[in-house]
Amino acid sequence: MTAVLAIARYELLIVRRNLWVAIAVGLMSLFAVVLTMAGSSTAGALGVDRLTVTVTSLTTLSVYLVPLIALLISFDAIAGELDRGTLALSLSYPISKATFLIGKFLAHFATLAVALGIGYGAAGILSAVLGSTSAESLVALAILFGSAALLGASFLGLGYAVSSIARQPGAAAGLVIGLWLVGVVLYDLGLLGALLADDGGVFTTKIFPWLLVANPADAFRIVNFAGSEAAVITSGFATAGNTMPASVPLAAMAVWPPVVLTLAWGLFRRIET
Amino acid sequence: MTVLQIAGATKRYGNRETVSDVSLTVNAGERIALLGHNGAGKTTLMRMILGLTPIDGGQISILGHAPGSNGASRLTAFLPESVAFHRSLSGREQLRHFARLRGEPVARADELLERVGLGADADRRIATYSKGMGQRLGLSQALLGQRQLSLLDEPTSGLDPIARWEFYKVVDEIAASGGAVVMSSHALTELEARTDRIAILRAGKLVANDSLETLRREAGLPVRLHIAGRPDSADALISNLGGRPINGRSVELACREEEKMSYLTAVNAVSHLVEDIEIIPPGLDELYRHFSTGEDAGP
Repeated sequence: MTAVLAIARYELLIVRRNLWVAIAVGLMSLFAVVLTMAGSSTAGALGVDRLTVTVTSLTTLSVYLVPLIALLISFDAIAGELDRGTLALSLSYPISKATFLIGKFLAHFATLAVALGIGYGAAGILSAVLGSTSAESLVALAILFGSAALLGASFLGLGYAVSSIARQPGAAAGLVIGLWLVGVVLYDLGLLGALLADDGGVFTTKIFPWLLVANPADAFRIVNFAGSEAAVITSGFATAGNTMPASVPLAAMAVWPPVVLTLAWGLFRRIET
Repeated sequence: MTVLQIAGATKRYGNRETVSDVSLTVNAGERIALLGHNGAGKTTLMRMILGLTPIDGGQISILGHAPGSNGASRLTAFLPESVAFHRSLSGREQLRHFARLRGEPVARADELLERVGLGADADRRIATYSKGMGQRLGLSQALLGQRQLSLLDEPTSGLDPIARWEFYKVVDEIAASGGAVVMSSHALTELEARTDRIAILRAGKLVANDSLETLRREAGLPVRLHIAGRPDSADALISNLGGRPINGRSVELACREEEKMSYLTAVNAVSHLVEDIEIIPPGLDELYRHFSTGEDAGP
């Protein structure tokens, strides 16, 4: 336990020094503030409070931004240390590879959570100051925070897995960008194409919902859109997700982080330093 | 007390054995130099001792602990070849991290930074460190903890002579306090006075493992006598003693260790021609060439 905390502390020092904390917090806050300000015009027209609109915009944005930040923080975790020769040194200490990975994860997850907390918090406070929040929209904001943290944790784990496979920082950086593009952008386009081609057949009703929750980014969208007022102002995928109980996408999101972290650990274990 | 016991250790990559049937024992307070060409298996052997790479045959034990086990890691310190610490941290931050990993108070890290001469630069970013300073930071982390065995992989590569001298001073202190030290090196000459035993790896096999004196005898390499003659006496010296001329007035002779005294007597007989004499025992370079290629080095 002491070793896990020592590693987490060390990694926090590095993310702070590397300005990752500043970049993540800055990005999240900037977008939160801009989206809250921009939401004022639509809020009145739709008859919902300002924060509801903001949460919807933040969800759409976070689907792309949170995985990207998580992957950028995590891709160097193993490949970088392997490259610098510090991995063999660290592992010659009385710590296991699991300890090493968990320590890094705790630090990176904390960084992400702080960035999300500040960004979303700013959106909440600004909405309240500028006029309208409600109990419902505050709950939606809390759900957004929790699910975004899970989304980030999933992509941190994926970043470690890629880092273990690539073994070189440059290759790992390229791979995570590819992974982000495929997982967050192309996956949805592929599903959309399949939906259009299928035209309401078996794929649409039986397979598609499961493929949707299988991707943490899509599960994140469903969790935040389905069952909230925001669903009114969104369209497309979220409604398809409604064909299954709301607990399914939430469960998928909760399962992702431990699964990918275990995967990353398995890949990391194969590396001979 | 035996600290490190290696018995028939073997490592294979595909069909190739990078370390093959190596047996070696290192005792407390002993300094062993591990010599060999690049790819001879030095680093692989160290990684096997550390448990970073699994062993395919034989056994390794560190005071009864298996390589890579918590018990072994606690007792082992390692300095990897060309390690580069995180550039954006300071030396103090880096070493304090290692102290925490070893479960030592951070004050110990500060103390060690002073000891390796980094006290004044401890709070500067590692990016600004010279190669020698980086190596000293690496060495300082190897001094943490309850280490009984220190594995130093090419510790002096890239260091200037003064940094090397300081480095070996610390190594001597480790040995004097009862620690066993295994270090690999290419810088042969400097090791002579600094090691108790020399182990030479050739293509994964241990081809020599003994003190410098014994290895010299075993190799039967010639002792060289460098005789500086008085002006214009080289020809007379050669006609009396043999050997080959060097720069007009000196002569160099090569003889076997046991012939040395009779040669010296012969030199004494013509002492009126001689200004000075130097006896040069076979150096580590020649020994190393002898054992690592299986051939005698030329004169």
